[in-house]
Amino acid sequence: MKLTLKVWRQNNKNDEGRFVDYAAKDVSPDMSFLEMLDVVNIDLVKKGETPIVFDHDCREGICGSCGMMINGRAHGPGRGIATCQLHMRSFNDGDEITIEPWRAKAFPVLKDLMVDRTSFERIMRAGGYTSAKTGGIPDGNTILIPKPVADEAFDAAACIGCGACVAACPNSSAMLFVGAKVSQLALLPQGQAERETRVTRMVAQMDEEKFGSCSNTYACEAECPKGISVTHIARLNREFVSAQF
Amino acid sequence: MTMNSNIPEGPIEKKWSNHKFNMKLVNPANRRKYKIIVVGTGLAGSSVAATLGELGYNVHAFCYHESPRRAHSIAAQGGINAPKNYSNDGDSVYRLFYDTIKGGDYRARESNVFRLAEVSGSIIDQCVAQGVPFARDYAGYLDNRSFGGAQVARTFYARGQTGQQLLLGAYAALNRQIDVGTVKFYDRREMLDVVIIDGKARGIVARNLISGKIESYAADAVVLATGGYGNVFFLSTNAKASNATAVWRAHKKGALFGNPCFTQIHPTCIPVSGEHQSKLTLMSESLRNDGRVWVPKKKGDTRSAKDIPENERDYYLERLYPSFGNLVPRDVASRRAKEMCDNGYGVGASKMAVYLDFADAIKRLGSDEVFQKYGNLLDMYKQITGEDPYKVPMRIYPAVHYTMGGLWVDYNLMSTIPGLFVLGEANFSDHGANRLGASALMQGLADGYFIAPYTISNYLASNKFAAVKEDNKEFTEAENGVTATINKLLSIDGTKTVDEFHREFGKAMWDYVGMARNKAGLQKALKILPEIREKFWKEVKITGNAHDINTELEKAQRVADFMELGELMAIDALHREESCGGHFREEYQTEEGEAKRNDKKFAYVAAWEYTGKPGKPKMNKEDLDFEEVHPSQRSYK
Repeated sequence: MKLTLKVWRQNNKNDEGRFVDYAAKDVSPDMSFLEMLDVVNIDLVKKGETPIVFDHDCREGICGSCGMMINGRAHGPGRGIATCQLHMRSFNDGDEITIEPWRAKAFPVLKDLMVDRTSFERIMRAGGYTSAKTGGIPDGNTILIPKPVADEAFDAAACIGCGACVAACPNSSAMLFVGAKVSQLALLPQGQAERETRVTRMVAQMDEEKFGSCSNTYACEAECPKGISVTHIARLNREFVSAQF
Repeated sequence: MTMNSNIPEGPIEKKWSNHKFNMKLVNPANRRKYKIIVVGTGLAGSSVAATLGELGYNVHAFCYHESPRRAHSIAAQGGINAPKNYSNDGDSVYRLFYDTIKGGDYRARESNVFRLAEVSGSIIDQCVAQGVPFARDYAGYLDNRSFGGAQVARTFYARGQTGQQLLLGAYAALNRQIDVGTVKFYDRREMLDVVIIDGKARGIVARNLISGKIESYAADAVVLATGGYGNVFFLSTNAKASNATAVWRAHKKGALFGNPCFTQIHPTCIPVSGEHQSKLTLMSESLRNDGRVWVPKKKGDTRSAKDIPENERDYYLERLYPSFGNLVPRDVASRRAKEMCDNGYGVGASKMAVYLDFADAIKRLGSDEVFQKYGNLLDMYKQITGEDPYKVPMRIYPAVHYTMGGLWVDYNLMSTIPGLFVLGEANFSDHGANRLGASALMQGLADGYFIAPYTISNYLASNKFAAVKEDNKEFTEAENGVTATINKLLSIDGTKTVDEFHREFGKAMWDYVGMARNKAGLQKALKILPEIREKFWKEVKITGNAHDINTELEKAQRVADFMELGELMAIDALHREESCGGHFREEYQTEEGEAKRNDKKFAYVAAWEYTGKPGKPKMNKEDLDFEEVHPSQRSYK
């Protein structure tokens, strides 16, 4: 396949940024999207230019490093995948593909397609845990958690922290990301002791990071690589409200 | 070089508790005066940083990602072992210890392995308390499944994402300490040197990957938890950034490297699809619980799987190993798959694959239950290959997955550099010549939560520390060395990219130092590998500069180190004239084609010392004594 890529290039946080066109030749349908970019980058380096910078690591959809807007969609076409799991068989010969970084105030661009998602880190540090110290813990089976509850907690815990929910949301809201963690720990007996302080602190931090509000478009669920349900946003709202009284 | 394994006296089941009692303690009020650097924040690094922070030490944690949650521990799928005996099938600490020693083909230290088995139960409890959503049954009890190399069901799991859930647990524990201020976290920093002052590890030099600035950090002890070196092969199941730079640079500063040739090839990976391939994807070994491995009985059979009738299929693992069947250890399963393909029974377009078939499991359990157990793995396969594993058998082939070798450590997990501790996959570890499934997560967390916090305290309490600052001359020298290497790399301005060199080097490693090795091949490798390295230093092309985000420069430094480490792996593989676990020398095999050890000559850890030039290492030996488990020919028949 032969493709034309319109790629966002930006030198650093302060640079204005611009789209640059690149031709991708000899693209095999079995290549992953990132492998296609690898090939483009080898050409760029050989020509003496700087390669397109993007975050990536495990390339199997679990580390959450990669993420770009591809033709206006977070992680590109297809459901339930991260960018690294997108394969070129999803495109046709001659296609023009627009590639942009996540766009959100809380995710400033560091370079090209790489953004700073440390706002997520600060939210997690504001109580996204149980205060269990190492050692002196009773046997795991002293806490019984029926399978449906464990399963639902798992569904929420599957979040990979990629930021697609924020990128897909017209308001750049992080409600699905925060909801997933709050919901996981609110469902489990282990999370009960700090249930109210957790949700209050995490929401406050989310606001401080300048993420937008949720207006129920459900774009986040549609683009989440792990298919995390918006019901966790509903639970987040419930937890937040009940924590205020 | 003095190398003392410091194994405590006494019977094996008492060694750790005796040692814990004999170790010195640091008074809680004094702990904040000690500064500890932790490099790498995967399972082992996050757990040790969190635990040391809880104890009250002044912890500084570094990682090259933006977040600890990106570490490659996250990709571990299948599970974590613990001898809880919840399945009531006769499990015990001793049995896990026995299985691990045997699985490692009698090349691990008994005392360490026993301790690992001993503390592993507490890991499960710890993770449950953190809110890790392990699989449960309808009554609410923790569920177990079986894994390769064991005949009991002792593996705890969270769907096919156990590593993710355990890492997020450790990450949460670390976040809590960052929140309360006992741990200071440095993201996007890559360690490029260890600083040694008066014979002790007293700090690190790191590159800020955003600004390019070279930064120094002083401390009283340094912990490396930087993972394995499988990416030396270019194609492996490791994440793209996983690298050996931290351990290799520590090696060059005096830390011995143990058993570098012990690499694990994982039997169930998705086969290579073309030249562009950037990494390989693993399918959890847990699939072998219900999936059946087979090839056509006829050589060069071109029919599709559904057209091959049952009686023309060879379920070769079940045929060769009736008692373990599809659940033989990884090294055995990998070698047999290679043998089948080498002999012309391979399937798929490349003929370099065997089938892993879920048809019987779907018939027996129904697709719903198969989805419950393996859903995400089967989806992943479909995503990559475009084939539906619920309808056609998956094609699998072995790939480099884990490295049992690593920096040599004593019983306290301390390297030959005093004050430099090495945890998780980065150390030469408890897995001998082969790691059993679901043991990597166990080891990383055992080291981080339950072992190193004690032994590091003992080290701090037993030593005196002169005041050290970042402007000491040792730091300046290390910074200058790091900067010189970077400038040298950028100045070459050759014609080939880092990836092209890495691919070429990795291919030579796979061909001659891969799944099966022989003398002639290894000698050839020792000729080719230094040539590629030499060419790299003359012809590599890196664009951009050192004062900016420069991903090519990051890769170049890692690849430069792989090119030295790869040669050491070949030297080690050539010297070890026996087959054991993941190290298979074709000259040394039994009549049935199994690995043939030579316990008289090679029952030791080869700990290599850097002598100032790559390719000229000096070997030190740690003899292995087997007092509990008598080495025998491994049999899984």
